[in-house]
Amino acid sequence: MSRTVYLDNAATSWPKPEVMMKAMCAFSSSVGANPGRSGHTLSIEAARIILAARETVAALFAIPNPLRVAFTRNATEALNIAIHGLLGEGGHVVTSSMEHNSVMRPLRALEGRGLRVDAAPCSATGELDPRDLLPLLRPETKAVVITHASNVTGTLMPIGEIGAACRERGIALCVDASQTAGTVPIDVEAMRVDLLAFTGHKALLGPQGTGGLYLREGLEHKVAALMQGGTGSASEFEVQPGFMPDKYEAGTPNTIGIAGLGASAGFILERGVEAVREYETGLVARLLAGLSSIPGVSVHGVADASRRSAVVSFTLKGVSPSDAVLSLDANYGIMARPGLHCAPSAHRTIGTFPEGTLRFSPGFFTTPEDIDHAVEAVARIAQGKRR
Amino acid sequence: MTAAGWCVLLFDSVSQVLLAEKVLKQAALGHKVIPVPRQISSDCGVCIRFDPAERDRVVEALAGKVEVREICFV
Repeated sequence: MSRTVYLDNAATSWPKPEVMMKAMCAFSSSVGANPGRSGHTLSIEAARIILAARETVAALFAIPNPLRVAFTRNATEALNIAIHGLLGEGGHVVTSSMEHNSVMRPLRALEGRGLRVDAAPCSATGELDPRDLLPLLRPETKAVVITHASNVTGTLMPIGEIGAACRERGIALCVDASQTAGTVPIDVEAMRVDLLAFTGHKALLGPQGTGGLYLREGLEHKVAALMQGGTGSASEFEVQPGFMPDKYEAGTPNTIGIAGLGASAGFILERGVEAVREYETGLVARLLAGLSSIPGVSVHGVADASRRSAVVSFTLKGVSPSDAVLSLDANYGIMARPGLHCAPSAHRTIGTFPEGTLRFSPGFFTTPEDIDHAVEAVARIAQGKRR
Repeated sequence: MTAAGWCVLLFDSVSQVLLAEKVLKQAALGHKVIPVPRQISSDCGVCIRFDPAERDRVVEALAGKVEVREICFV
């Protein structure tokens, strides 16, 4: 039987915990209704499922009030709400040179309408020295929008230090936690995060089509909603309600997805993000050690596994990332991702634009044996062997 | 049910109704989540009905935990 080794968890985690499938099946088979819209038993039960998911996700990020979390389709939608909602009328924003297009594209779109964007330069390992960002903060700076960890190199950003500086100056800090939610501990208050955008389908181990945005108390008055529509609340008025989370949740939500996300987030919460982090850091250290020992392999990003999320980008001398990925898939059953990973600026920063890199991203269900299999496969490809 | 009818707790959102439901359940106070009665509001949302005799205990249980928009008699 051919073996499948899935190392693309930074794009979407797989496999998923059994409890996620069970929760989604249970919703479909015995609830199914529109949450809280109609007041009957099934409608209220659907709303209870969503509230429970909100509470679980809030607990993961140390958010005291679960209603501060609005559910979205993904981190991209959450980032668009935050960026368009805060900066839609222009002003000045600071970001980093390691951002994903889910941050850069909304910023560039608004730049065309008068927003001024400064990107703090990062090192060739993707690291940001806060001393390179702080001088960019001006009296008119409205927000800092930054990733918690690069999806290309995994490099962790100094969010706590940036958060303290922003809070002092009254600047909103918006963090893209796509790569870290569920696998790197996050405490929104301790880190001084004002807005946290997360996705459900990566390290939270939930289904695709789920994500959310946390807004610190009071920020809903400063962040405009992207969409308006039915919320099952304040129905006598034809204007969108201004309170959390209804302001950002127009229309029927993805209840089946949120049911799955709640179960998956509960699975992580039960084990503890710290324990998940420790396990994955061990896998990354093993992967870094293995890949670094192969002649012709250049590993990008910081060498210390504890300073990166579970993402390892590398290049092979004489073999393009796309050819290598094709061979890993066809000959070794290894699922990996080549190219730019939707983050051109990050590749310019680490010097791999436009060829890109080959990316391995282990996850909660990856085993040390999977890592060894992948390292051996890369070694053989580097030696020019087909298998 | 008493002769006076029911008391109804109104909230701004469904999420708050369900947070209040959890609080009342934990406090073992009798209640039911129902559609908002037409005589109160044309809102298509839900509210919580309880026995007026329990009013003080309900208010006390929710204080500081969930923001109540209004308490009505129906």
